[in-house]
Amino acid sequence: MSDYNFAYLDEQTKRMIRRAILKGIAIPGYQVPFASREMPMPYGWGTGGVQVTAACLTPDDRLKVIDQGADDTTNAVSIRKFFERTAEVATTTVTSEASVIQTRHRIPEEALSEDQILVYQVPIPEPLRFLEPRETETRKMHALEEYGLMHVKLYEDIARHGHIATSYAYPVKVEGRYVMDPSPIPKFDNPKLEMAAIQLFGAGREQRIYAIPPYTQVVSLDFEDHPFEATKAPAPCDLCGAGDSYLDEVITDDEGGRMFVCSDTDFCTTRQAAGHRGRLSPIEEATA
Amino acid sequence: MTPLLSVRGLRKTYGGRIGCEDVSFDLYPGEVMGIVGESGSGKSTLLNCMAGHLAPDAGEVLFDTRDRGPVDTLRMSEPERRMLGRTDWAFVHQNARDGLRMSVSAGGNVGERLMAVGARHYGDIRGKALDWLDRVEIAADRVDDRPSAFSGGMQQRLQIARNLVTGPRLVFMDEPTGGLDVSVQARLLDLLRGLVREMGLSAIIVTHDLAVVRLLADRIMVMKGGRVVEAGLTDQVLDDPQHAYSQLLVSSVLQV
Repeated sequence: MSDYNFAYLDEQTKRMIRRAILKGIAIPGYQVPFASREMPMPYGWGTGGVQVTAACLTPDDRLKVIDQGADDTTNAVSIRKFFERTAEVATTTVTSEASVIQTRHRIPEEALSEDQILVYQVPIPEPLRFLEPRETETRKMHALEEYGLMHVKLYEDIARHGHIATSYAYPVKVEGRYVMDPSPIPKFDNPKLEMAAIQLFGAGREQRIYAIPPYTQVVSLDFEDHPFEATKAPAPCDLCGAGDSYLDEVITDDEGGRMFVCSDTDFCTTRQAAGHRGRLSPIEEATA
Repeated sequence: MTPLLSVRGLRKTYGGRIGCEDVSFDLYPGEVMGIVGESGSGKSTLLNCMAGHLAPDAGEVLFDTRDRGPVDTLRMSEPERRMLGRTDWAFVHQNARDGLRMSVSAGGNVGERLMAVGARHYGDIRGKALDWLDRVEIAADRVDDRPSAFSGGMQQRLQIARNLVTGPRLVFMDEPTGGLDVSVQARLLDLLRGLVREMGLSAIIVTHDLAVVRLLADRIMVMKGGRVVEAGLTDQVLDDPQHAYSQLLVSSVLQV
């Protein structure tokens, strides 16, 4: 391990990132520019989240990394190994045991506590980007709180689909001030953004860090006659029977067969270990 | 009577070149002012300075705001000026593509200004958008089409609807009929004239087309080399031009 500084980045870089994080926490939802470094992984693989995690980690931390809720997908495994090797921190897959959780596209089902940090990987931090391509203009819109354009996007959704069809990266207003892209989490997770843990968002390629401090008000944008709705597949988990978790749909054959499973693998296995069973649980276990 | 807009000693230079110089005039509520002149005479510079798109070097632009009376818009804070740009002012670009969001449906384009000033009820926004599309003669079944699927004349009418939906009191128009064929121009002018009279709008229209000002404007200013060379009632200036350049301009129009 002596080949690397603790958590890969040099201390000056970590200081610079911590300053950006502190500023982000001081101004909830505001995108703080920072000097993103080249990381030993491609853009789009969580370079922003990795830098934020590196700046937050201490040798006593216990790290959990999830990708779409799962602990065992490529992205999650490689980032977990990266920090095992460069920081030699303990890792875990159990949500409640982790002190730092880096996530891509999900918030864990289990409620987080005040001594935890949730780090998001963000591809495009600017919620207005696809409506207004000019960075100078979007910065001005944030500064002057001109957010009418965000509703134009929702208007277009209703005009085209009859309801707000945006199902992920659903824009939110933080503490009544900044409109923020909560990274591509499903809108099912939006109500969970008001939580006890610190939430940090890192966008490596776009060089932005932003944050939601604990217990901050986060409101999903909507229309009076088309209120926000947190949606999920209308089924229980086929492995653990949970009816209140976010589900992945898995195609099981080419004859229309499918199953729904919790996208949060830790949540699902914990429930199964506690004896909960779903429609497709192995029968010998169910009878045992 | 307080002028709605009063411009005093406006000057804008581009390095050593003059954009416009020493322009002063008053515009009263309900009045339509035409600014004519050849290309490069400073018409668009003047319009952009008044609308806050360019920062002039000297002068003031006093606008009679609803709550505070006449205020110099050039010394207003930027949020205030931009708010004015979304509510009491409207700007119709020569090229409709500059004034529209091409990737957003016609209804969304009209609704944007409403949402920008706080409308949050989809049904109301859509109702207003449909109403305005009807007023500018765009069929209701095109409300969800993107402007890129519209003809040039429809795009221009859509731009006008999008600008007028918040009931502005002052409209800046930069060559509103430029680039349209004559029959479409005629319909657009007819429509504009109707809207201006019906809503009691004040407007400043920049154009090089004398027919446009003849139809729409109460008063005109003739510009040359960045300066106003002649100003007066439209019919008076066009029928009896005094300045050599105005005479040239009037006599240059082809009689069919």
